[in-house]
Amino acid sequence: MGERVSRWPARLHVVTGKGGTGKTSVAAALALGLAAGGKRTLLVEVESRQGIAQLFETEPLPYKELRIAQVAGGGEVRALAVDPEEALLEYLDMFYHLGAAGRALRKVGAIDFATTIAPGLRDVLLTGKVKEATTRSQDGKRAYDAVVLDAPPTGRIGRFLNVTAETAKLAKVGPIKTQSDSVAALLRSPISSVHVVTLLEEMPVQETLDAIAELNALRIPVGRIILNATRPALVTAGRVTKAELKRGLAEAGLPTDAGTVTGLATEVKDYLTRQELEETLRAELTETGLPLVELPLLPRGVDQAGLDELAAALMRA
Amino acid sequence: MRTGTQSPSVGSSTDYSGVVGEVLDVDGLLADPAIRIVVCCGAGGVGKTTTAAAIGLRAAEVHGRRTVVLTIDPARRLAQSMGLSELDNTPRQVKGIDGENGGELHAMMLDMKRTFDEVVQQHTTPQRAAEIFANPFYQAMSSTFAGTQEYMAMEKLGQLRSTDEWDLIVVDTPPSRSALDFLDAPARLSRFLDGRMLRMLLAPARSGGRSMFSLVTASFGLFSRTVQKVLGAQLLTDLSGFVAALDSMFGGFRQRADETYRILQDPQTAFLLVAAPERDAVREAAYFAERLVAERMPLAGLVLNRMHRSEVADLPADRSEEAAAELDAAGENQLTAGALRIHANLVRQTEREQRVAATFTDAFPAVPSVSVTAQPADVHDVDGLRTIGALLA
Repeated sequence: MGERVSRWPARLHVVTGKGGTGKTSVAAALALGLAAGGKRTLLVEVESRQGIAQLFETEPLPYKELRIAQVAGGGEVRALAVDPEEALLEYLDMFYHLGAAGRALRKVGAIDFATTIAPGLRDVLLTGKVKEATTRSQDGKRAYDAVVLDAPPTGRIGRFLNVTAETAKLAKVGPIKTQSDSVAALLRSPISSVHVVTLLEEMPVQETLDAIAELNALRIPVGRIILNATRPALVTAGRVTKAELKRGLAEAGLPTDAGTVTGLATEVKDYLTRQELEETLRAELTETGLPLVELPLLPRGVDQAGLDELAAALMRA
Repeated sequence: MRTGTQSPSVGSSTDYSGVVGEVLDVDGLLADPAIRIVVCCGAGGVGKTTTAAAIGLRAAEVHGRRTVVLTIDPARRLAQSMGLSELDNTPRQVKGIDGENGGELHAMMLDMKRTFDEVVQQHTTPQRAAEIFANPFYQAMSSTFAGTQEYMAMEKLGQLRSTDEWDLIVVDTPPSRSALDFLDAPARLSRFLDGRMLRMLLAPARSGGRSMFSLVTASFGLFSRTVQKVLGAQLLTDLSGFVAALDSMFGGFRQRADETYRILQDPQTAFLLVAAPERDAVREAAYFAERLVAERMPLAGLVLNRMHRSEVADLPADRSEEAAAELDAAGENQLTAGALRIHANLVRQTEREQRVAATFTDAFPAVPSVSVTAQPADVHDVDGLRTIGALLA
């Protein structure tokens, strides 16, 4: 256990990545992995995509922390879909005891208006809720051992996390300012860590490098780069000759016609081209000096067993 | 007209037995002079921008059309390959393309802020515009409002279409959290700018602080008190200033959004759904297809990007893997064993991709689709785009 804590030392894990890299699956797997050994974790989404519900094949999540998975050893993962309107109402109620007045505000569209016209406000509310869950105590204990946020994609992550700057444009004093300052402090402390999920493809890697540079400039600590869907090297030679393939196929009792041999040779050539490109990209990521975690490609797609496999791989990393 | 740019290795690779239904005839679409707008939409990371650029290139080179590609946030190297180096609201001609058929390719990257500024300038006096530009609300909104990018993409599309100088406009949609945002966000934005809430905020100002409707005044009072509590008084002053300045523009935003929406419903437009063979991307495409059908928008078909294919279709994965294990056990021919494993993985991947793709084609049997074979390396030059265009067509 002690070892695991040192491997994933933060309590708030922010998971970002380009669209299509599997960041929701990775976030879910991390929440599952960190719940092992009787822990309780919270998996949060903030973009009203219901990605968690789709992944776990459940009903759409309400604005409530509900158990979504049990983990061997008595651990559990809860999930929460933060809705900015609900978060604003909760916030107003917490600080101003608005109650019915809050509902009236919603009726006239004020909440919708306030959370939409001031996008910084929206992000403060979303990150504020995440902060609240991360720091919440119950009966003198932490409510959650870890909180994993399925965050907006790399293209929007800097703006999303840089809450202070965005709200400073709009609110110079007042409780929103205070709130955003405290979120900003949490995100820059060792309690939180941003992980970037990528594939070994050019655009996701480029966006990963851009996001890391952006987060560094904002002094928001980046934890790990998570390489998703990696494949083991099956052939290492630079060249495979057809004669060699033909001999091998004959040995294995497979057809050795020209179509099969040429076809296999083409497949190997494409594979090697891809592998070479992947190596270049891997080297670019290594240059950041950040630890890389490799997750295997799941040949059958991400199902429950697949999530467990990813969780185990993350905990080994 | 279809000759010249197609490389020989490419022509034979669009046959996918696993994907049923009609094959999308992209060349037919691009050759049709009645089609003036192609909108590429789909989830993030599926290759929308590449598809849009490849289609634009093919329309220009093969079909001789004067084409403009409107891109939103393209990858740097792809942008560079089209000669785009910065956000620039003016279409630039792409060099190094084959103009033998009389076509031209132009490309531009959307500058959201500048487009917004232009809309404001067109709808109000210079003095009012200056006030609006100086307002912190406007500054925040014009650069960060969720939906501004979609609205401005629509606005730019409307502008490009209204000049009538293009045979074909190819639009790459913004990388939204949902593909549907492209259709919904402009309406949402214009609702906010023109809508009830702003009118209500304005009501007291218009009648010298006293509104005819006490409910409105009460709501406004409650709203302003709350905003004041939460955000501070400065923000309210800025907001009122913003609202008052925008007052002169009421109607303009919604009207423009509505006009563009109507163009999208017109048969001159063709929507191309773009997806990669992944569950989320295909689900997103299905949502979008449902929506296009519901809105009577012209859905031309589905482009399935990055589909893999095996070169040895009659060697099954299991057999291949067993043979690899036998070779390993014998301790020789390790390269062949590796090749057989590569083949087995490829066959399994192909099968999975076709199952995922079939969830769409089963649900929308009437929507034609085309598969584009995954390229071993990423596309970031005109040659690469030409190859993709040939695979599409």
